Amino acid sequence: MMKKLLISAGALALALGMATSAHADGKLKACWVYLGAIGDMGWTYQHNVGVEQVKKELGDKVETVVVENVPEADAAGPIERLARDGCNIIFTTSFGYMEPTLQVAAKYPKVMFEHATGFKTAPNVTTYNAKFYQARYVEGVIAAKMSKTGTAGYIVSFPIPEVVMGINSFMLGAQSVNPNFKVKIIWANTWFDPGKEGDAAKVLFSQGADIIVQHTDSAAAITVAEEQKKFGFGQSSDQIKFGPHAQLSAAVDNWGPYYVRRLKELMDGSYKSNMQSWDGMAEGTVAMAPFTNMPDDVKAMAQKTFDDIKSGKLEPFTGPITKQDGSTIGEKGKPLAAGDILGMNFYVKGIDDKLPQ
Amino acid sequence: MEQFYAIAITIIAASTPLLIAALGELVVERSGVLNLGVEGMMIMGAVCGFGAAYVSGNPYVGLLASIFGGIAMSILFGFLTLTLLANQVATGLAITLLGIGLSALIGESFVGQPIQRLPNFHGINILIVFSFVLTALVSWFLFRTRTGLMIRAVGDSHVSAHAMGFPVVGLRYACVAFGGACAGLAGGYLSVADTPQWVENMTAGRGWIALALVVFSTWLPKRLVFGAYLFGTISILSFTVQTMALGIPSQLLSCTPYLVTVAALVVISRNRQLLRANTPACLGQPFLADR
Repeated sequence: MMKKLLISAGALALALGMATSAHADGKLKACWVYLGAIGDMGWTYQHNVGVEQVKKELGDKVETVVVENVPEADAAGPIERLARDGCNIIFTTSFGYMEPTLQVAAKYPKVMFEHATGFKTAPNVTTYNAKFYQARYVEGVIAAKMSKTGTAGYIVSFPIPEVVMGINSFMLGAQSVNPNFKVKIIWANTWFDPGKEGDAAKVLFSQGADIIVQHTDSAAAITVAEEQKKFGFGQSSDQIKFGPHAQLSAAVDNWGPYYVRRLKELMDGSYKSNMQSWDGMAEGTVAMAPFTNMPDDVKAMAQKTFDDIKSGKLEPFTGPITKQDGSTIGEKGKPLAAGDILGMNFYVKGIDDKLPQ
Repeated sequence: MEQFYAIAITIIAASTPLLIAALGELVVERSGVLNLGVEGMMIMGAVCGFGAAYVSGNPYVGLLASIFGGIAMSILFGFLTLTLLANQVATGLAITLLGIGLSALIGESFVGQPIQRLPNFHGINILIVFSFVLTALVSWFLFRTRTGLMIRAVGDSHVSAHAMGFPVVGLRYACVAFGGACAGLAGGYLSVADTPQWVENMTAGRGWIALALVVFSTWLPKRLVFGAYLFGTISILSFTVQTMALGIPSQLLSCTPYLVTVAALVVISRNRQLLRANTPACLGQPFLADR
């Protein structure tokens, strides 16, 4: 019995020794879990750009580890492994990692967890997201100015609030210029299938749209726009290389500033967990590629819209907003509550599509 | 009219890679070999094609490279299944997994790079024309030439064919390589002509659809054209219907190409005689010469 106890005590000491050895060289170990591959040129790629910025700015003070291609269904294993391997902070970068992250976090209270785009927190779990819809509003303004047919084509993935708020924000931006602006919507039911996205773009152009917007991950749509001498917007990252004459701008996910800030906080002790962080243009998390292929007056207008949103002067979702069915939401002159935006499940007036429920 | 043409071109563009890849697999299966690695060979063709087009600056060089990329994978499949007599189903699946992983590794440095796309005339490029020429050629070759007869004989009864003195393994190697070339070219079509960019896993399951189309066509090239275009047409029309905002659930529209293809498969399978006459009897069976 005594012997057994001694052995356990020894094992415990060993485990503790190993756990502390991760800190021995004073380095913070920050780890990331990716849904896709870095080479997806979209969502995962942009998270990795953020990690690159961490490496550049914090250098040898931080050791970074990334794990690619982790399926949402089997995420608990890889996340727990990172926690066991001495990561001090773990960023899980897909919506579907929510439950596995919480599950592992409960077992490792000393490790900090940050879950992207989720809505459930815990003592050591923070969620972080970005107001990508802000950039969509600017795109809407540009589209309404640039479109000759008054119609944009919009390729979307799945009917989740994130996507729906993007469509609405885009339309509100467009309607601020042209109240009769139209949008044609195609649900591709995939985040990533270049062939399908390209086909959807071709169909939309053939149906009278002359500007393409997308909430899917590849650069296929912009290449189609380039070939057909139409316009479009890059998604997640600057896709100007694929549409030198077609890209008007692009919403760019810029996670670097957030990652750097959080790691610095963790190092100097000011880090707080159990929060819901939702940064936007003001913090630099939502950025836009240069405004290109448009006349100067449109460029100036786009820049002004961008600046106003950044400074807080303009909020895309300011009440009252008229829904598709004619009812309204929000108080006059006041921004919509964060919860209403994050759970958005309605179209604004002027969208002819029927929202899949 | 203009709108009709635009839709038609989109349908053709979506159907062509399916047709090319499926034609290759049809010849492979006619010789009695079941290669489930179409997706893997296709993605390797896509990455090799893109890489060569990127390095050389010439899309035609890219297409050539995509053919060789597909052949390389198919020869590996052939060596494992025809020489080492490994299980064809398992090996084919392994080739697909290998192709997806290997292509991601090779393509790492090509991500986010633009290339010059394959030229086209009002949306019609050389591969679209070639896919029809290839259909006619395969049909003629399989049913009107001596070698084609030999291939079908090997596929129906490799033991008899061997007894007749036909080089069973040699013919099968040739067919497997042809299948690889076609799958590779179909991949090259995607990365060099259709959406000129490289991204991981960009074939997104088209290899599997090509495989299904071969069965759908009851191993007849002309029907393959019908199958590929049926699938392509419904895929594109489902998008067109969406833009009309009729309120039909998009998920339902997204699965219609598959539903219709399955339905057509069921209808065709009801004609037992036709099916029996055309199904290669030795499909998927290993062949050992000295038996």
